[in-house]
Amino acid sequence: MKTIRILLIAFSALLLSCKESNKDQLSISEISSERIQIDESIKGDEDINKFIAPFKEHLNNTLDSTLAYNPKLLSKNDGDLNTAIGNMMADALMLQANPVIKKRTGRDIDFALLNHGGIRSELPQGGVSTRSAYNLMPFENEIVVAELSGVKIKEMLRYLEKAKTAHPVSKEIQIRANKDYSIFEAKIKGEQIDKNKTYLVATSDYLYNGGDNMAFFKNPINLYSTNYKIRNALIDYFTSVDTIKADIDKRYIRE
Amino acid sequence: MKRKDFIQNTAAATAFLSLGGISSLSFNSKAEKHITILHTNDVHSHIEPFGPDEGRNANLGGVGRRATLIEQIRRENPNTLLLDAGDIFQGTPYFNFYGGELEFKLMSKLKYDAATIGNHDFDNGIDGLYAQLPHADFDFLISNYDFSNTVMDGQTKDYRVYNKDGVKIGIFGIGIELQGLVNDNLYKETKYLDPVEMATEVSSKLKNEEKCDIVICLSHLGYEYNGNKISDRKLAQATENIDLIIGGHTHTFLKKPTVEKNKAGKDVLVNQVGCYGLYLGRIDFYLDADNNLKGDGVKIAVN
Repeated sequence: MKTIRILLIAFSALLLSCKESNKDQLSISEISSERIQIDESIKGDEDINKFIAPFKEHLNNTLDSTLAYNPKLLSKNDGDLNTAIGNMMADALMLQANPVIKKRTGRDIDFALLNHGGIRSELPQGGVSTRSAYNLMPFENEIVVAELSGVKIKEMLRYLEKAKTAHPVSKEIQIRANKDYSIFEAKIKGEQIDKNKTYLVATSDYLYNGGDNMAFFKNPINLYSTNYKIRNALIDYFTSVDTIKADIDKRYIRE
Repeated sequence: MKRKDFIQNTAAATAFLSLGGISSLSFNSKAEKHITILHTNDVHSHIEPFGPDEGRNANLGGVGRRATLIEQIRRENPNTLLLDAGDIFQGTPYFNFYGGELEFKLMSKLKYDAATIGNHDFDNGIDGLYAQLPHADFDFLISNYDFSNTVMDGQTKDYRVYNKDGVKIGIFGIGIELQGLVNDNLYKETKYLDPVEMATEVSSKLKNEEKCDIVICLSHLGYEYNGNKISDRKLAQATENIDLIIGGHTHTFLKKPTVEKNKAGKDVLVNQVGCYGLYLGRIDFYLDADNNLKGDGVKIAVN
């Protein structure tokens, strides 16, 4: 009898608590946190690494297959106001983007301008591969073409005077500066810059959007997008040539 | 005090229960629940660990290692959720070659529960993102992107409630304004809705209608900015039903979560673990039935 009574009490207690706990939400009583570094002390999961392996192999094979031959090391530090590697990149951009723009606008691009900081690696002597293009240009920036007034081109020259840097330009523009970097002559396709004309300048969407303070790109007369990544233009250029011919020349010099 | 009384009052019931074997109804002092939240953000297609010559990231990261670590934590506590705060795509040739397929497949193998969408996840266009969805066995949560005029329509949810050990965890996503950040021909007709308004609405729904015990916001807004731009810290202060914001976008390496006060004066945790899968964030929630709780509020031990 006594046992039954205890069980009954227990049972009603259970019912009560059930009701209680269903009605009540849980509440957070304590929170703790930890930041865990993922380093060599953790052994990689074998199944995961096995799963990655074929993707990695295909990627590496494609990245490392030779597209062209580069006869000498090219570095962005090997010139004063123009460098062999910068010249190669600006000329390649011009060459690859021009057909796209010509088709769209009926006009040729006048020249290309990049930034010295945008050359992200050297180009070693030997085989040039897709990986070389990724090293030179790891970012996803696209080629854009801005139609700028002659006045804006003059602004660009003022910018270059102040920058005192080998910002890459394509061979269609020739800039001659004094020892103090002040520019005394600039020609586009052999002609003086005409304030009343407009010029098509190929560049990176990064610079167009204000990168490296290239403010002269702001509010162009027209802007043409190409949906063509700079890296892909380089890959296409490397694919199209057997041997890279890149030299320091007289396109942008101090006298 | 309250807890001790409760234990005494239900001692008989506990005895009965252990006899009856209905152990899933927990009425003893072990009513406590433990939920572990693991999180990454801005992994940016970093599949392999960084090499030994890669500066401050040297020898860090790697999906294989992350898998080992997560598995170890899940063995400790099966009541674990694994989340990502966006920018899964872009950053290594793996993305350029496979378009995000490998990233999604690996996240599925690691059993991610949910992710939100970052601006770089549009880098192959909204069609490029849509094309990879079949490889993702996890939820995409984002409440302030209106995808109704895009291919992504119906592919994401504002929120989802996850049930772990009887604990209801409501998770919702918030994305960053795409205009000016992503080319509009990539995100197409995705409409950006006000993050504070949506977070207020969805978190209130999760707390009050869905009766969630924990409300988590997966955000790609960014940790903080100079000026008025909305950020995770501002969102924490401007809302009142969020317990934890897991952020991304700004690649902010927080050693520990920041504790903000929300509109109602309650604590909100804001966390972010940098980028590239160099770190895994871990937040442990301990919960108790209300009538088990001590009166001194939530104990936050963030180290």
